[in-house]
Amino acid sequence: MSQRDQLKKARAKKRGKLALLLIGLIALYVWAIFGIEFKGIQETAGPVTKNILKGFTSPDWSYVYSPNGEDLIRGLLETLAIAIAGIFLSILLAIPVGLWAAKNLSKNSITSQSGKGVLSFFRTLPDIILALLFIKVVGPGAFAGMLALGIGAMGMLGKLYAEEVEAMDPGPVESIAAVGGNKLQQLAFGVLPQVIPGFISATLYRFEINMRSAATLGLIGAGGIGTSLIFAIQGRSWDRVGIIIIGLVVVVLIVDLLSSALRKRIT
Amino acid sequence: MMDTKLNGPLPAKPARWPFYFFLIGLFTIVLLSAVYIGANPLTFIQNSDNMIELIVSMFPPAWSYIATTTPAMLETIRMALLGTTIGMIFSIPIMFLCARNIFRLRWLTELSRIGLNVLRTIPDLLLAAIFAAILGFSPLAGIVALSIFSIGIIAKLSFEAIENIDNGPLESMAAVGANKLQWIAFGVVPQILPHFVSYVLYTFEINIRAAAILGLVGAGGIGIYYDRALGFFAYDQVLALILYTLVVVITIDLISLKIREKLL
Repeated sequence: MSQRDQLKKARAKKRGKLALLLIGLIALYVWAIFGIEFKGIQETAGPVTKNILKGFTSPDWSYVYSPNGEDLIRGLLETLAIAIAGIFLSILLAIPVGLWAAKNLSKNSITSQSGKGVLSFFRTLPDIILALLFIKVVGPGAFAGMLALGIGAMGMLGKLYAEEVEAMDPGPVESIAAVGGNKLQQLAFGVLPQVIPGFISATLYRFEINMRSAATLGLIGAGGIGTSLIFAIQGRSWDRVGIIIIGLVVVVLIVDLLSSALRKRIT
Repeated sequence: MMDTKLNGPLPAKPARWPFYFFLIGLFTIVLLSAVYIGANPLTFIQNSDNMIELIVSMFPPAWSYIATTTPAMLETIRMALLGTTIGMIFSIPIMFLCARNIFRLRWLTELSRIGLNVLRTIPDLLLAAIFAAILGFSPLAGIVALSIFSIGIIAKLSFEAIENIDNGPLESMAAVGANKLQWIAFGVVPQILPHFVSYVLYTFEINIRAAAILGLVGAGGIGIYYDRALGFFAYDQVLALILYTLVVVITIDLISLKIREKLL
């Protein structure tokens, strides 16, 4: 067969694959679009949208601070507090599990694999579902939200910590072992100094996610600004919805900026 | 002569107190936060039999519930698929506007970036709650919420990829007189397409997880069944739902990961 024929054949094969892919995609979208139960848009959609937009342009500034009772500042502070206390809990949990899951710290692969399994189990549990369960245990409120975030973030933090440990330089640990340092000393003076910047960076990254999560926890009754927001939505007070979202966007943006500036300095 | 002499005294160790000060400050903030939200470990310990009871009542999982909820699970997948697709379409113009090496108008890229950053601060569930209020309690609300949420992720990751492309092809095209559209279509797109598809798939993975809980605020999908099962204290059904979601999420992750590995 000449080279030209071969080229032609290869091209035809490639085209065939592409056509197959396209047909598959089209079938997938037909399945998706026609499977969605479309009940039509409710008639109030227009006016409600208009009201929401009006709520954003003329937000309820009086809600920002009120001396007694709940207001925006208290809600946002509570959200921040949930995120902070939650991340602290997950650091405490993630460090031991992360070290357990790191390949280069355990002698046999079963140990690290089991640690990884635990981490990926917790990573697939959504924060919101955890919050629903913790509400049943400690009652509705910010504490349930904090526990949910603490447990939920452990999966991701532990994975990031383990990856950080796996990427470190084995030299220092070996030299400490060579001069007779025990396991704990190897960990404290060989491993930790190397991985701490990475740990801090991963923790800050997760903290940014925690802020967003903490804001939604209130929607299901686990404390924070979400509670005020869902009440405002149900009560159709769109000017209040407007100010809550503005406040939330501002706080999350500030946290993001601070965190990314810190992360840049560390790494 | 083998003995060495130290040249003068050792350099002074850096002071430790700023570090300790920092640590104390950090712990104070954590402690204050914990007190502010009333996080009392005692409450947790006192209610630990609640916890054990909850876990015990989860077993055995109600496997039959999986059959009941399958239509809702399929709806969840549909929502994620359509939400990701619509988000992908809208993120295409936005990512070109945000990339500094496409339009050399400083104010335009900066403005687009600020808009994108603001968009990215709003959590998915919150968007769903608002769109459920506008569009009614239907999967449509979830799809719209996921679309907007996807724009934030896809556009952000993609414009960073665009900024990292090789400038060579672009310069040679500009040299032979290509216009802006040709320049983007034949210079930029071939370079970023694999990255873009990979980011879309990654977003799809995130959206499957998100779509599974949107039902809690009335935006369609399997989430509504979580609400129902928890309301009836049917924890065996809750566990069945969790495991079902887990299997679907992991399966889709695996498929998506396989395709992404092939792409890059």
